[in-house]
Amino acid sequence: MAALTRKDVLEIAHLARLHLEPDEADRLSGELSSILEHMEQLGAIDTEGVEPMTHAVPMRLRLRPDEVEPSLPVEEAVGAAPDRAGDLFQVPHIIRSGTAGSGSGS
Amino acid sequence: MSAPLHYLPAVQIARMVRERTVSAREVTQAHLDRIAAVDGRLGAFRHIDAEGALRRAGEIDGALAAGSSPGPLAGVPVALKDILVTRGMPTTAGSRILEGWIPPYDATVVERLRGAGAVLLGKLNMDEFAMGSSNESSAYHPCRNPWDLDRVPGGSSGGSAAAVAAGLCAGSLGTDTGGSIRQPASLCGVVGLKPTYGRVSRYGVIAFASSLDQVGPLARTVADAALLLEVIAGFDPRDSTSIDEASPRFAAALGGDLRGLTIGRPRELELPGVDPEVASEVDRALATLVDLGASVREVSLPHVQHSLATYYLIAPAEASSNLARYDGVRYGARAAAPGQSLLEMYCRTRGAGFGPEVKRRIMLGTFALRSGYYDAYYLKAQKVRALIARDYQRALAEVDLIASPTSPTAAFRLGERSSDPLAMYLADVFTLSCNLAGLPGISVPCGQTGAGLPVGLQLCGRPLDEATLIRAASAFEAASGPVRHPPEANLTGGAA
Amino acid sequence: MSGSRAPGPAGRWEPVIGLEVHVQLATASKAFSGSATEFGAPPNSLTDPTVLGLPGCLPVFNRRALDMALLLGMAVGARVRLRSRFARKHYFYPDLPKGYQISQYDEPLCEGGSIEVALPGGAPRAVRLMRIHLEEDAGKNTHVPGGAVSHVDLNRAGVPLIEVVSEPDIFSAAEAAAYMRELRLLCRWLDISGGDMEKGQLRCDANVSLRPRGSSELGTRTELKNINSFRFVEAAIEHEIARQAAILDGGGQVVQETRLWDSDAGVSHSMRSKEEAMDYRYFPDPDLPPLEIDPALLDSIQASLPPLPAEVRARLSAIAGLTEEDVQFLAGDRERAVYFAQVAGTPHAKPIANWLLAEPELVARAPVARMIELAELAAGGTISATAAKKVAAEMVKSDEAPRAIVERLGLAQVSDEGAIRAMAEEIVAAHPAQAESYRAGKQTLIGFFVGQLMKRSGGKANPQMARSILEALLGGSGK
Repeated sequence: MAALTRKDVLEIAHLARLHLEPDEADRLSGELSSILEHMEQLGAIDTEGVEPMTHAVPMRLRLRPDEVEPSLPVEEAVGAAPDRAGDLFQVPHIIRSGTAGSGSGS
Repeated sequence: MSAPLHYLPAVQIARMVRERTVSAREVTQAHLDRIAAVDGRLGAFRHIDAEGALRRAGEIDGALAAGSSPGPLAGVPVALKDILVTRGMPTTAGSRILEGWIPPYDATVVERLRGAGAVLLGKLNMDEFAMGSSNESSAYHPCRNPWDLDRVPGGSSGGSAAAVAAGLCAGSLGTDTGGSIRQPASLCGVVGLKPTYGRVSRYGVIAFASSLDQVGPLARTVADAALLLEVIAGFDPRDSTSIDEASPRFAAALGGDLRGLTIGRPRELELPGVDPEVASEVDRALATLVDLGASVREVSLPHVQHSLATYYLIAPAEASSNLARYDGVRYGARAAAPGQSLLEMYCRTRGAGFGPEVKRRIMLGTFALRSGYYDAYYLKAQKVRALIARDYQRALAEVDLIASPTSPTAAFRLGERSSDPLAMYLADVFTLSCNLAGLPGISVPCGQTGAGLPVGLQLCGRPLDEATLIRAASAFEAASGPVRHPPEANLTGGAA
Repeated sequence: MSGSRAPGPAGRWEPVIGLEVHVQLATASKAFSGSATEFGAPPNSLTDPTVLGLPGCLPVFNRRALDMALLLGMAVGARVRLRSRFARKHYFYPDLPKGYQISQYDEPLCEGGSIEVALPGGAPRAVRLMRIHLEEDAGKNTHVPGGAVSHVDLNRAGVPLIEVVSEPDIFSAAEAAAYMRELRLLCRWLDISGGDMEKGQLRCDANVSLRPRGSSELGTRTELKNINSFRFVEAAIEHEIARQAAILDGGGQVVQETRLWDSDAGVSHSMRSKEEAMDYRYFPDPDLPPLEIDPALLDSIQASLPPLPAEVRARLSAIAGLTEEDVQFLAGDRERAVYFAQVAGTPHAKPIANWLLAEPELVARAPVARMIELAELAAGGTISATAAKKVAAEMVKSDEAPRAIVERLGLAQVSDEGAIRAMAEEIVAAHPAQAESYRAGKQTLIGFFVGQLMKRSGGKANPQMARSILEALLGGSGK
């Protein structure tokens, strides 16, 4: 694959919500390109018919009974928030035009 | 001639406190004094809870005086890698993004230690979010190797290894995702054990790579490591990846006979980059094991050479996902600037809160999961992972244990590798594949280089067979002579 | 494509609609942790480390959420995967604590199945489903009007949801509304959700596109969100169809985008943003091993399914005298359907249906035996139909038996031939002019005479008997 350009790096940084200084972006495109080049070797390995390993020891999902357990006291839930309004978390305005995500169910 | 309290094995401390030969308070105070005298030089601790520790020690003493039995670790001073969530005690994972966070809950392993009567001294330094092999990427301060203060202790559980080596605690807990318990244990000359994946609960363990992370003990003796493991291991209903089995009595495996034990050396791990002094100490160690009755032969792990590439796709991918929650909304640091938009808040908070290594891995991981790249990168890596695991399964059907050096070199200098990420990643080349295959692994001290730096022998075993690891490691330890301690001059700046 | 469909309105463009509906499952605790799922609790009072996405938290899946999802899956005839996986869906938003939602991606719980939809007067048709999958809900993010901030309440975060995705198999806004009603009915029928859209228990996103009538290719579609009440489902989709038709009629092209419905203004607004195609970076959640389902569990769920609405409607439609409205009503609620099933085969089916339509509470308040008693009183002529309705209304208020009510309210009909004949003779004698008109051919005047007799009897005369006696008495050419 072609090396990662600065533009690629900025796109990925945006996806990951990471602000990068200009020199960081340049440095990262070099570093990531060389790391990814190293990963290329995997492409050559024959993995036909091999199931991806997602858990080290074979496991199946365990289910829990539908029983209510005590919740955290509100003060413990919200107490560590960098900004709050009463018992609600407070965050800056979500700007619509051209930048914010489409959001969860209303 | 008895060793000072701070170098006694945990097992012995536990017995002495139980038999009331010494009080838990005395033991705790001795360790707090040791920390005060030494840690300024070392930088192993991130937070010291002197008040809480002494209070707990007092409770233990009271319980013992009243005739009750407060648990197998009663009065034993233990410290925790700052990746373990501790109620009421700051927890940062070595990162600025969690600066000031005081958790409202305890990790399961912390609950179990508390329940066993352990005295928790505080939280230990680490590479930020467990990403590193030298503790240099801690956002707060580096940790130094007690054997040579200009050198790294290893990572990411650098503080956990250094503290144990220097007698700041009787044992510690670390986490291991690609070698982060075993490699620093090796560099600091202590015992470090990574259990089978699923053996120890991950509830309350700040996640780096969910399918690889495991909590494990670091200690100065194999018996101490076995005791700690016994207390923390076992099924936890709060962790869906927890193996449905109670914690075995690991101590029963100590001091067993090694006759008939077969050990494999993978031909693919005879790598050129291994320091000759390290190689010769490891060879000598294997010869000792042969003297004790084991036999050593060559095995093959044809895909193990791909461990680095496989690991460095899977771990960062999972990490990029696990670290998405650090967004300045509910806890931790927020980069506040008046009038900023939500997007700006996210980007600045994360940009300022994460260090360069963490950012590098988040970027790598985000890339590997992008649609269009997922199949070629993440999915492919998970398939190669299956091949590596299969190689180990086949080899471990022929032999009981697989041996190698824990680390290709002894401790390197601070700053030596931090500007070359790939060089840093190579430090884990022997340890990574164990995590990929989910197998248990142990590092035991097996000598020193000419410069007096510790060398570690790594043994890897079958899933859920920590017992064989413990058996072999304890027999080896017994044949290796007394525990060696770092030069006291390093730690106290003068005569001991 | 699917089978025959209801003919749409005349016009160049055929609407093609697919619906993605999120159903909140009515479990006591959340999907992946033990906090309660109550509605309307004080902000951030239903959280725990897993809900908050605290460092170190882990998910453990709620068995009842699985059972509920399987109930719906089996009820719609879907194929259940014996091995499915949870996947992480990544995006950044303040109401999504972990920065990802635990959902399902390429190994969903159910695939296929169908939901029966019928428009009034039309034949039922099966709308095919694409899939049903499990996921967790996000919290609630509220923009503070005029301010530069938003507030976040995570009480709803972690509540279990299923997402029901239809094929683009719906061809009008009316059908879409009918589909939503049927899905809601199924959820309530199976006790898996209250289905209340205003409480967010049922949420609808519509994918709408137009194509030239007769074409089988799909046009560019838009996604319509924020339809948060049943009232708006049809209106919002109609509006979108009209909007797209206007664009296409004008020779333009529909832009693929997401639009938000604004119910106050009755229009939709584009949510056009730079991240058109959100890259969710799905991958299997490493904290949750594969969900493996025992076929025996499926068998037992299948066996436990009650008769479903479609089947009940079919049966009721075969009963003489029941109108389509009756059938929809009687099959519109499971308790009601079970109740009515006990009388469906009897001659009393229609009158009882009428009383239930007027007083739905009877299902809860009156034992079936009492309804039959009332029906027998009416059929036997003891009370008139009007009186019976009054008795039914009384039966909702108390445990009184029908006979007792009739007596208490003096509703017994006079069915004594002799008494009625006497009154009839009086009335005919009292209105000679009308009697003459009747005999001359104005047959409709019978109504007048019956009315007079009813008045004379204080409403108690048996009206059928009164009518036939008057007819006989009046004689006349029409006889």
